[in-house]
Amino acid sequence: MDADRITEKLNILADAAKYDVSCASSGSKRKNENKGLGNASNGICHSYTEDGRCVSLLKILLTNHCIFDCAYCVSRKTNDIKRAAFTVQEVVDLTINFYRRNYIEGLFLSSGIFKDADYTMERLVRIAKKLRTEHNFNGYIHLKSIPGASDELMREAGLYADRLSVNLEMPTEAGLKLLAPDKNRQDMIDPMNFLKKEIIQRTEEKKLFKKAPMFAPAGQSTQVIIGATPENDNQILHTANYFYKNFNLKRVYYSGYVPVLADKRLPALNTTVPMVRENRLYQADWLMRFYGFKVNEIVNNDQPLLDLDIDPKLGWAIRNMQAFPIDINKADLQMILRVPGIGVQSAHKIVSARKFAKLSWDQLKKIGVAINRAKYFIVCKSNEFERRDLTGNNIKQFILAESQSKYLKNTQTQLSIF
Amino acid sequence: MTRLIYDGTFEGLLTAIFEIYERRLTHVKLVRGEHYSTALFEDLIKINTDDARAGRVLKGLRQKMSPTGIQRLYIAHLAEIDGDDDNIVGYIKYVFDAQHNIEEDYGNKYVMRVSEIVQMMRRERHRMEAFVRFQKLKDDTFYAAVQPDFNVLPMLIKHFKNRYADQKWIIYDLKRSYGLYYDLHDTQFISLDFSPQKAPGNIIAAYCEDEGIYQCLWKNYFHSVNIPARKNTKLHLRHIPKRYWKHLTEKI
Repeated sequence: MDADRITEKLNILADAAKYDVSCASSGSKRKNENKGLGNASNGICHSYTEDGRCVSLLKILLTNHCIFDCAYCVSRKTNDIKRAAFTVQEVVDLTINFYRRNYIEGLFLSSGIFKDADYTMERLVRIAKKLRTEHNFNGYIHLKSIPGASDELMREAGLYADRLSVNLEMPTEAGLKLLAPDKNRQDMIDPMNFLKKEIIQRTEEKKLFKKAPMFAPAGQSTQVIIGATPENDNQILHTANYFYKNFNLKRVYYSGYVPVLADKRLPALNTTVPMVRENRLYQADWLMRFYGFKVNEIVNNDQPLLDLDIDPKLGWAIRNMQAFPIDINKADLQMILRVPGIGVQSAHKIVSARKFAKLSWDQLKKIGVAINRAKYFIVCKSNEFERRDLTGNNIKQFILAESQSKYLKNTQTQLSIF
Repeated sequence: MTRLIYDGTFEGLLTAIFEIYERRLTHVKLVRGEHYSTALFEDLIKINTDDARAGRVLKGLRQKMSPTGIQRLYIAHLAEIDGDDDNIVGYIKYVFDAQHNIEEDYGNKYVMRVSEIVQMMRRERHRMEAFVRFQKLKDDTFYAAVQPDFNVLPMLIKHFKNRYADQKWIIYDLKRSYGLYYDLHDTQFISLDFSPQKAPGNIIAAYCEDEGIYQCLWKNYFHSVNIPARKNTKLHLRHIPKRYWKHLTEKI
């Protein structure tokens, strides 16, 4: 093995892959049978980069040669950068050796498009196949579905991979046309649709025949870049909601645009990454998936932007003061989940614990409720509760005043003109 | 106040519970064997771990708790946190005093505390599942040294045995001076002698020749995936506290 050459390739192809934010390694249930190597179940983050993102998978491109010229992408055809390509065997060796040392949960393999979609997809599938069949590897494999790849290759990919993903790239079709004129949204949706149908059919088969092979057990995900084009949060979250509902996606990732290229269609190179907005979008996404919120309750035409100062759940609560206060010892789980400062775990603990005895502030605090936010919205077994008739805006000011929020330093930029 | 000295094992703790009920003790404090100095306290009882008595207490618990509930108690005890043995005793007494299963009574201070300890233990186990870094030795054994906050090695056996079924491995807890060894069939507890007389002259010589290359590649990879424009040191440190760095290949 030529260590220097491999090191150089790894640096180039890991660097080019890092803007794909997905690193999930959970949701699969691949067991280690016949004493092979590895398994995949709950997902483990083995390390964290200095920007605080999880490192769970060996995330690389097979090559950064690309026939497309997408303005937001470092690997675009007209960008003057070093190009490299791994051989199939090199990717296999890296994956196995990293995995055996407990560095990673598995492989996340993507690629620039060289020649055409099928040619590229066929290489990706070949690597996954080799890992599974020749090396008895049961770790996590996430393959990128290349837009425009044939159904036959997508079907084979699903047999070896745990998760497949196609990136929508831009939240709307107009955004995509602007920055990636060579790409076509329908080409992205086609493989998604094919996989959705295939996954449903295979799951049915699996119910009938236990021996039926697994097919992409960790489902599909996608990614949209935010802040590169002018879409608002309302459009972004409605797009996400549409794909969750219609394509059974496991995750939609929001990737704050990191300025990499000077182009008049894009934000300038010195623009900061919209990390707060990205964080608020993820919070909104969690509300839709785990807290029973409908997308319209979070953003709509009257309320097209997420409030950057406060989380979207608090935002919903102060717009809907008529729903509060609620009695923590009586309210439904669904309503408790909507109280700012109470998470999914705390909500379930409250519902279990109150069967034994009514709960007071002290106990709620011990259970893990953030009292400083929740106190404006609930009553419990105590004579102390918020008696003033506060408006939503009052509450927001009180909470912001006593919060140590990491984002508070951003407030001056958020002042709106009355 | 009566002090009960026991040997620190879970069976010892269950035997102590038996004594508490048999002698009708009300105010008790549990002390692990090595700490006690007899002169200071008047009321002292030494508990002799007794499998039969521990078994009777366990049988009683099984009638009033779920199997996972009992496992959680065992995990909480494994944490060996000073003073928390009394909370475990409080929990067990609450179990026996109550009419129904009380495992989810989070308003109760003992139930809440045990739940906290179990959460701390699970977090530490999860960190070990993530932060173990194996190094390949000449004889194809993969070796990793760790220094977890709590005694979590017994909780790691299943995960590593399932995952690395086709390689020999050792995970060694330097703080508690014992380790796990998997020989392709079973895992066993081992202790290694690191005294200077026994150590090989050149420790690097024990590693397989590819080891250095892969460590180097991993460090390179770790630096390549970082996005400097998003630097967030606070978040980084929250995820990987500094005390774990010395055994992390990419952070050395």
